[in-house]
Amino acid sequence: MPTSRIQHVLPGPSRIRLALAFVMLLAGAVHGLAGQQTMVIGYLGEQRKPPPPLGPLDEVVIDDGLQGARLGIADDDTTGRFLGQNFRLQQVILAPGETPAEAVRQFATAGISFVVADLDAAQLLQASAAPGAERMTLFNSRDPDDSLRQEGCRRNVLHTIPSRAMLADALAQYLVWKGWQHWFLLTGPHPGDQAMASAFRRAATRFGARITVDKPWTFRPANGRADTGHVTLQTEIPAATQVGDYDVLVVADEVDEFGAYLSGRTALPRTVAGTQGLVATGWSAVDEEWGATQLQDRFRKQAGRWMLPSDYAAWLAVKSVGEAATRLHSLDPAAIAKYLRSDDFLLAGFKGQGLSFRPWDGQMRQPILIAGPRLLVSSSPQPGFLHQRTPLDTLGIDLEESTCKL
Amino acid sequence: MQTLIALVLVLILVPPAVAETIYVSNEQDNTVAVVDRATMTLQSAIEVGRRPRGMALSVDKKTLFVAEGDDNRIDVVDLAKRQVVGQLPSGADPEFFVVHPDGKLIFVANENDNLVSVVDIAGAKIIGTVDVGVEPEGMAVSADGRTVACTSETTSMVHLIDAGTLELIDNLLVDTRPRAAAFSVDGKQLWVSSEIRGTVTVFDTATRAQTGKIDFEVPGIRREGVQAVGIEMSRDGATAYVALGPANRIAEIDTKTFTVRRLYLVGQRPWHVALSDDQKQLISANGNSGDISFIDLENQEVVKSLPVGRGPWGVVIGP
Repeated sequence: MPTSRIQHVLPGPSRIRLALAFVMLLAGAVHGLAGQQTMVIGYLGEQRKPPPPLGPLDEVVIDDGLQGARLGIADDDTTGRFLGQNFRLQQVILAPGETPAEAVRQFATAGISFVVADLDAAQLLQASAAPGAERMTLFNSRDPDDSLRQEGCRRNVLHTIPSRAMLADALAQYLVWKGWQHWFLLTGPHPGDQAMASAFRRAATRFGARITVDKPWTFRPANGRADTGHVTLQTEIPAATQVGDYDVLVVADEVDEFGAYLSGRTALPRTVAGTQGLVATGWSAVDEEWGATQLQDRFRKQAGRWMLPSDYAAWLAVKSVGEAATRLHSLDPAAIAKYLRSDDFLLAGFKGQGLSFRPWDGQMRQPILIAGPRLLVSSSPQPGFLHQRTPLDTLGIDLEESTCKL
Repeated sequence: MQTLIALVLVLILVPPAVAETIYVSNEQDNTVAVVDRATMTLQSAIEVGRRPRGMALSVDKKTLFVAEGDDNRIDVVDLAKRQVVGQLPSGADPEFFVVHPDGKLIFVANENDNLVSVVDIAGAKIIGTVDVGVEPEGMAVSADGRTVACTSETTSMVHLIDAGTLELIDNLLVDTRPRAAAFSVDGKQLWVSSEIRGTVTVFDTATRAQTGKIDFEVPGIRREGVQAVGIEMSRDGATAYVALGPANRIAEIDTKTFTVRRLYLVGQRPWHVALSDDQKQLISANGNSGDISFIDLENQEVVKSLPVGRGPWGVVIGP
């Protein structure tokens, strides 16, 4: 140690403000000063090696998640301005191989009670079990692993990133609504791909689709951007997709290794959906409905790039704390933690309806976008998929099937 | 022949004094639909800028102002010519605005910049701005012209602005994602609708205390499907009408008791509503079904829906 980088992100360049914020930080994360109170929210991320861009238009992003949290702070702080509430972000980025316990300790020392945990599943579980974390709420803004909502659920963890089950259910509803019930499932070699494929299989069973072909992708990862790269792909993809008839090719390729090569190259002329093509996602740059234009514009102005699903999930986390503080007129961490989990909590997340946390596993219920490469295609739940509580609970693991014990 | 008889009947039955025209902004068509109220027919569509939403008449009712969200301007429509004859600056991304009772100024919400801009109509320039919360949207002005109200969607507040000094008087917390604001006819109350929470909050304008909260129960529709959007007040002050968005209903509210008298089933996703001059008819602009609904308030029934274009949003009734 300490390889961690700690920064205080402030919404203005003023040195006086910086000094003031620092004095306030020394005294803990919630302070009263001339009617002003400050809430410091933690951000715990990991240094990640971005995957090589598959196409020339792909942006290489190294700060996804963090930028969403920063925008959330800016939004909370603008609202807080009228209520005497200030919001700040304290960020720690873990180096490769570094465990999160020390960062959690630092947050605890600083009196931080809410942390955007932009971590993979194993790190998230370690962070949630670290000393000091028992008094915090960690927001999982990164990992879609269903086991984190099932047997791996934790009392001090809420999830703002949709689970794989939610994504698969959302896509399945759309495909079934379209009448594309026969699927060719093509699955990549990585554990995430396998987990996503399992979610697609579960969704097919739930919503009455049939997986007529279920195949692994066995070709080596290629570099389609080499000169004449398309020639190789033009031979390989038809061979790999030479199967019996189906309505839609559902691809599970979370790392974006081959899925994008499929569209326009399959043996049969069929739509590609799943992790590429027609994608189910918590957020997409193509969305401008339900007021999303404003969020997209604010984000682009701040970050200089499109808002990604992990940015949106981090934004949701920070905005949830702000919304609770606004409604309660208070920065009391215990009251906010309780309110977040209550029936009354409802967050406006630019998806056309209020978002809330499921009491049985801490997952934020939310509409899932069905996005094409350039335009929004749809949003699930689809009309006609009914539920006794809310149609949003047709997506993901429902109360009755939950194995989470909080 | 039948048409001719109908036409003659219409001419006899409808005196020219009540001839009214309904203007509907179609946000996905970039047009303003022109509808004759008496015959309930679509007359024409005025080509305007991109993504027209908020609209308002000039004080002399000869001009219609239309906010063009994607063109960052307000189009000036000459109602006699039925065409755009000029433009006003609006600041970025105008959605909703109000014309000040003095007829000289427009107060416009700049959704992307967290600002309210004040536009001098004659000089066609912005003469002031006011910092408000995130994503300002709904705008209202009191009848005496002293106070302008602006809602901010992501901050969940209504901001009260002194129209003279352009200072913020107060910032009142309301339910999540407020959309429209409206002063009561006597100016003693301010009503604010909340889209996500599906409520209307009522404030006393003198004390600025919350004096009422209206919830909407729509049979067969869940909480998240009931979203309060546009508000229209009757001239006698006794009734308010609130569009309930995805619940496809317009609520009629008793302003004394804050109780919902009845719900009118209209087209899909009504955004805004407007009352005819004689107060006998209410028109709703229905965003998802691409039509407007005519509600006969005397007989309490929806009498017609008329396709007007794609994405009807704002509705204004003029001469």
